[in-house]
Amino acid sequence: MAQHKINYLQNGGAPIALTTIDKIVNFGRSNSLWPLTYGLACCAIEMMATGASRYDFDRFGTIFRASPRQADVIIIAGTLTKKHAEFMRRLYDQMPDPKWVISMGSCANTGGMFNTYSTVQGADRIVPVDIYLPGCAPRPETLQYALMMLQKKIRKESIFRSIKKKRLV
Amino acid sequence: MRKYTPKDDVQRKSYFSDRFFVSPQVPRTNTHEDEVFENDIDNLDTSLEVLEHYIENGHLVIYINACDNKKAILYLRDHLDYDFLMELSAIDYIATRGGFEIFYEMLSTTKRKRIRLKCFIKEKETLESVESIFKMANWSEREMYDMYGVKIVNHHNMKRILMPDDWYDYPLRKTYPLHGDEVANWYEVDKIFGKEAREIIGPEERDPAAVDRYDTTRFSRLGHEVPFGVDITDGKEPEHTPLAYQEEGGVKLFGVRLIKELDEKKSVILKKKR
Repeated sequence: MAQHKINYLQNGGAPIALTTIDKIVNFGRSNSLWPLTYGLACCAIEMMATGASRYDFDRFGTIFRASPRQADVIIIAGTLTKKHAEFMRRLYDQMPDPKWVISMGSCANTGGMFNTYSTVQGADRIVPVDIYLPGCAPRPETLQYALMMLQKKIRKESIFRSIKKKRLV
Repeated sequence: MRKYTPKDDVQRKSYFSDRFFVSPQVPRTNTHEDEVFENDIDNLDTSLEVLEHYIENGHLVIYINACDNKKAILYLRDHLDYDFLMELSAIDYIATRGGFEIFYEMLSTTKRKRIRLKCFIKEKETLESVESIFKMANWSEREMYDMYGVKIVNHHNMKRILMPDDWYDYPLRKTYPLHGDEVANWYEVDKIFGKEAREIIGPEERDPAAVDRYDTTRFSRLGHEVPFGVDITDGKEPEHTPLAYQEEGGVKLFGVRLIKELDEKKSVILKKKR
């Protein structure tokens, strides 16, 4: 006896579902975004809090990976100094396509309060940024919201587009 | 009759200056007032030339010749029980005196006294490293070189400590601009993409408040998003923008709704944290 009843009035009476490749692939991509375990300054503390049990990033399928080769997202969490910019770019280059960047906090967005000689004035001078997240430091809710916005963005993308040349790649 | 002075730009000028203003100074007392310090100076004077000495805030300040620095610190450690080198650094006097004042801050844990050893070097002169006497001097001297460009000799690992090795100029000098010189401004661009990328990336935006609220291609306001690239300049901004936390229609897969769409009217803001 069949355990599961098939509704013959739905989906043309067949136990199949119709969707598009875009939707199914983007469903997978957006719901298993693996960010790189990468913290630069105090924003990293908030990022850790987001990953921990109270805010629980895992609900979004977001599991921090310790290797850029397994990561889809890089969260630039903190002040990016000019000395470190090179290494951040190298990590970004090591991530497989498709990849996304969240710039977390004022320092990563614009240099923030560090309007000085040694700070990169906005991480978008080095890597193409998808989401700019304001705050100093942004609360975990804000980072969750940013991730939801990124998911929304990914779900709108077409997977058949050629990998768009982002700026300076 | 009082002499006439034009009062056109009187508002722009500082209209008040204290005639009796004296810039604050720390009182200096003679070394003879402290028995321990007097004894120290007498001992030190026998082995090297002491240019000047006084007590300031309970510290004995001694000026010596820069070539004697190693000898003096060794003597202070071995014979006068100053067993800690607390700090050493330089002060930039290039504009007024053409060089740096180097200070060594030392502490005696047995005598419970502090001493400040000072010497002056010209900008291009070298200074002997004291790293062999106090290990602490290793990083401090590297920092002194990194930030001021004081040339240290006989240091086992003399290179920059904070700034990258290929950095140009010394950032803590009075003449160094806060926003950096040209090399500093383009440092990361030159290093990662090469000089030819300068015109693509453009100069640094140094205004921290530069946010164009009408720019909908790069910015969207939290909870009040409008579609990408919509013109919202004066008057064209929609009066009400719905809260957008997810895509339209909720999240669906295979026709099954996984997450309901947010109904703004049904959403509640909690008054108290649960």
